[in-house]
Amino acid sequence: MKFKFGIKEVVAIGVGTALFVALTEIQIPTPIPNTYLQPRMAIMAFLAAVFGPLVGGVVGILGHALGDAMFYGSVWWSWVIPEGIIGVAIGLCASKFAIKEGEFKNVKAIVLFNVVQILANIVAWALAAPCLDILIYAEPANKVFLQGAMAILGNVLIIGILGTLLCVGYSAVGAKSSSLNKEE
Amino acid sequence: MSPIIEFKDFSFKYRAQAEPTLRDINLSIMPGEKVLIVGPSGSGKSTLAHCINGLVPFSYTGEINGTLTVKGKKPSELGLFGLSKIVGTVLQDTDGQFIGLTVAEDIAFALENDMTPQEEMFAKVDEVAEMVDVKRLLDHAPGELSGGQKQRVSMAGVMVDDVEILLFDEPLANLDPATGKRAIHMIDQIQKKKKTTILIIEHRLEDALYRDVDRIVVVGNGRIVADTTPDELLATNILEEQGIREPFYIAALKHAGCTISAEDQPQHIETMHIEKYSQAVKDWFGKAERKEGKKGSESALKVEDLYFSYEEGKPILQHIHFDIMEGEMVSIVGKNGAGKSTLSNLICGFYKPVRGRILLNGQDMAPLSIKERGEKIGLVMQSPNQMISKPMIFDEVALGLKVRGVPEEEIRERVNRTLKICGLYPFRNWPVSALSFGQKKRVSIASILVMDPRVLILDEPTAGQDYRHYTEIMEFLKRINEEFHITIIMITHDMHLMLEYTDRAIVIADGHLIADDTPAKVLTSEAIADKAYLKKTSLYDLAVNCGLEDPSEFVERFIAYERKNRREKEDAAHV
Amino acid sequence: MSKMLAYEEKDTWIHRLSGVTKLIFFLLWCFTSMLTYDTRILAFMVAFSLLIFKISKTEWKQVGTVFKLIMVFLILNVLAIFILSPDHGTEIYGTRTVLFHIAGSYDLTKEQLFYELNVIIKYFTVIPAVFMFLVTTNPSEFAASMNKVGISYNIGYALAIAIRYVPDVQGEFTKIKHAQEARGIEMSGKASLLSRIKNTSAILFPLIFSSMDRIDTVSNAMELRGYGKHKKRTWYMERKLKRNDYLTIGFTVVFTVVALVITFADGNRFYNPFS
Repeated sequence: MKFKFGIKEVVAIGVGTALFVALTEIQIPTPIPNTYLQPRMAIMAFLAAVFGPLVGGVVGILGHALGDAMFYGSVWWSWVIPEGIIGVAIGLCASKFAIKEGEFKNVKAIVLFNVVQILANIVAWALAAPCLDILIYAEPANKVFLQGAMAILGNVLIIGILGTLLCVGYSAVGAKSSSLNKEE
Repeated sequence: MSPIIEFKDFSFKYRAQAEPTLRDINLSIMPGEKVLIVGPSGSGKSTLAHCINGLVPFSYTGEINGTLTVKGKKPSELGLFGLSKIVGTVLQDTDGQFIGLTVAEDIAFALENDMTPQEEMFAKVDEVAEMVDVKRLLDHAPGELSGGQKQRVSMAGVMVDDVEILLFDEPLANLDPATGKRAIHMIDQIQKKKKTTILIIEHRLEDALYRDVDRIVVVGNGRIVADTTPDELLATNILEEQGIREPFYIAALKHAGCTISAEDQPQHIETMHIEKYSQAVKDWFGKAERKEGKKGSESALKVEDLYFSYEEGKPILQHIHFDIMEGEMVSIVGKNGAGKSTLSNLICGFYKPVRGRILLNGQDMAPLSIKERGEKIGLVMQSPNQMISKPMIFDEVALGLKVRGVPEEEIRERVNRTLKICGLYPFRNWPVSALSFGQKKRVSIASILVMDPRVLILDEPTAGQDYRHYTEIMEFLKRINEEFHITIIMITHDMHLMLEYTDRAIVIADGHLIADDTPAKVLTSEAIADKAYLKKTSLYDLAVNCGLEDPSEFVERFIAYERKNRREKEDAAHV
Repeated sequence: MSKMLAYEEKDTWIHRLSGVTKLIFFLLWCFTSMLTYDTRILAFMVAFSLLIFKISKTEWKQVGTVFKLIMVFLILNVLAIFILSPDHGTEIYGTRTVLFHIAGSYDLTKEQLFYELNVIIKYFTVIPAVFMFLVTTNPSEFAASMNKVGISYNIGYALAIAIRYVPDVQGEFTKIKHAQEARGIEMSGKASLLSRIKNTSAILFPLIFSSMDRIDTVSNAMELRGYGKHKKRTWYMERKLKRNDYLTIGFTVVFTVVALVITFADGNRFYNPFS
């Protein structure tokens, strides 16, 4: 497990957070009105899967807080912290994914990635976020659980499709193959 | 005096590689020397630099044989931090090296890491900033600086540590010619003032030699092939053999049948003893032919009185007017930030012009969407990595057709045809990662060609490429230009590219079109070259020094001769 | 790209405060605003926020775009609360004073109105603080401040790198997006959701690639310049705490304590005008 906090991690958090923040405004419209998928979530999941729990967690928290503050002028701590939970959870399995080594290609890795992200999303948005909302902001339970459910749906979808695509793609490109033949 | 850097029977093999990258290196560099290290890509010259600054073995591990000492000590004794106090490295990627949020902070970075008290930092930063002329920029963010300024900040950032060796990794790669000249001048000043040992790694020999160097070390295939003075080296054929471009005036002298001798000091054309060669040059000029560039008669891309600005009253481009004929190969040149990229953004429809029209084959393009324009005008970005989005080559080339809903069968047929044109067909089922940079570049061009565009716009197609890759890419473009009659527009500040491969240069400076003429004329005009941050070609000086009256005609004939030679070589290789 | 909130240099005593001070103020202020539902305290906080907002000479054009965006969120949020929990106010305040009947099970009650008013006020206590913090704190100094309040300098520096590279990444993204659009790859448009996501991946893929390269280059550059050599580091942009800083920090701490004591004096965090 990678709990090392060296230069690589510092820079990965920095550049990763910059990516996350820069993509805050990039949203994919869905058929449900006023509901958008957030590609930045997939980027965070990808970074966590490559660099581990520390980078994943900090990019989630720092990126969300900074991005929302800069673009939306407000920081909802009850939504910042769950983001970190997802980053840490996916990051914990980074060594199993071995994306940089080109191992993220079989069904097993993809299934593991998605099982972890679905569980993490449920913990984050069905448990952590609504509880924090009620505790911190005294918001009505109905509303926060509905919001949580929407968040799970959107994030599972975007991480599941886009996140998986990015991991598979990067893994395939990063890998060096030795058994290639020219075909005429 | 003992050498500050000394390699003895040194070799190095990266962990992941089967063959050593450096072998039998024996090299001593004395304190205060200024050494230029040249070699083609993959020769091992960057690895040599990494050995000196400690990235090898501390970041890139591998197997070392023989010894290396820096200031009498082995890197393993000094550690990476110890080495960083002696060797300051200025990386090629100025954006990667500029870490601080402002100029001052970036310069202070090494001091901060050394826990220097704040007062001391202020004084030191001021002092160094003065030296590289960025003092008035101290509170600027990197986004507000030009490439040349960023590079000077990088220099300051390593000089702040009072390093004894300054190592420059391809300092000219991202600069326009005039800024590159200035960088070389500044490096020279620093060496004279501070007696710092200077190592410059570059493959653009002619530009790097703008100021004297003591020695040139030529690296080829992991070994040191030559280690001699510039004058001696230019009198040999080593450069040509190693695939490094010779200075233009040297090539011209050789075409004229001259044998260059070191005593005539060929390092700088301005001060070279030219007397004994001038008759030969004149004779050659008399015999050489010039071929008029062919030109189509139909207009391919016409721009009429184009005007663009983000803010009222601050025009980025104004009164831009030109007409590019079908089948032409044209370069758009000018200093960074002059509006070249804005022009290509307007042509592709990413921005809308405030005034003026852009016509493709005589038709106004204003009503066309980005996607529709993309079918007629293909844009190839500087780095293939900015475009490639599929792991497999076939899929990458097919992407543009797929999203347009072209039937599967037709996609297969068109992709295969394009891959054949680009010489990539044998690799069609390979992952992109297995290709060399030049091949990747061809993939990114193929992914555009597959849509059958009439015009191809390329942004800096050869940036950062050595002579061999440069020739490979450019010959390929020349071939698709000739065989398929595709109009090619290149945005560049590479003067070799303009001269050798385009018949016409459109020069933009500060938002105005200041010239639209043959590259030979543009590069022999002091006024235009100055305004557009270009550099007069050394062929001009050669012609003048030899007493020729029409230097630009001399350049035209030289280029025609070179093209003919290259064509013959190509043809011979194909037979 | 819409306008982001960003630091602008000005000369007011708020700008001159150390980043540490502003960070402490910002965090405690948010903390208090989060916990209290005491209308009196919230009202005081709004008034005070507006006052310092004025003193900081922040102009409308610096924050206007973002402010409008927040108003949209605010309205949506307030409506959502009403639609999903029309009786949340009653649950909190224990009484039910119906003003008028709307439809079905929906009544408009005084308690609900008062609760939602509190929610709105809470927004307004924090918005000026966030605005002010972002537009008056030099980001470089902010990184130094984080280190000063005890957060690892690695985190502080990671944050500085993030702020440094946001504009670069944005620029790169725009370039890549344009080039891919010309190839016909669009993120919006009429395509199905799945193909929109796939197209997004075609745009993000090159961006990720260049970012991964950038991580390597920047780490090398930092390593070559001695980053991480010692347990501590100094900061060029750090500002020493001065009298005004101590006064501000003192005020903030006292205010937080007093506000929380008043809030919780009656046993819960709500001020109840109905009992």
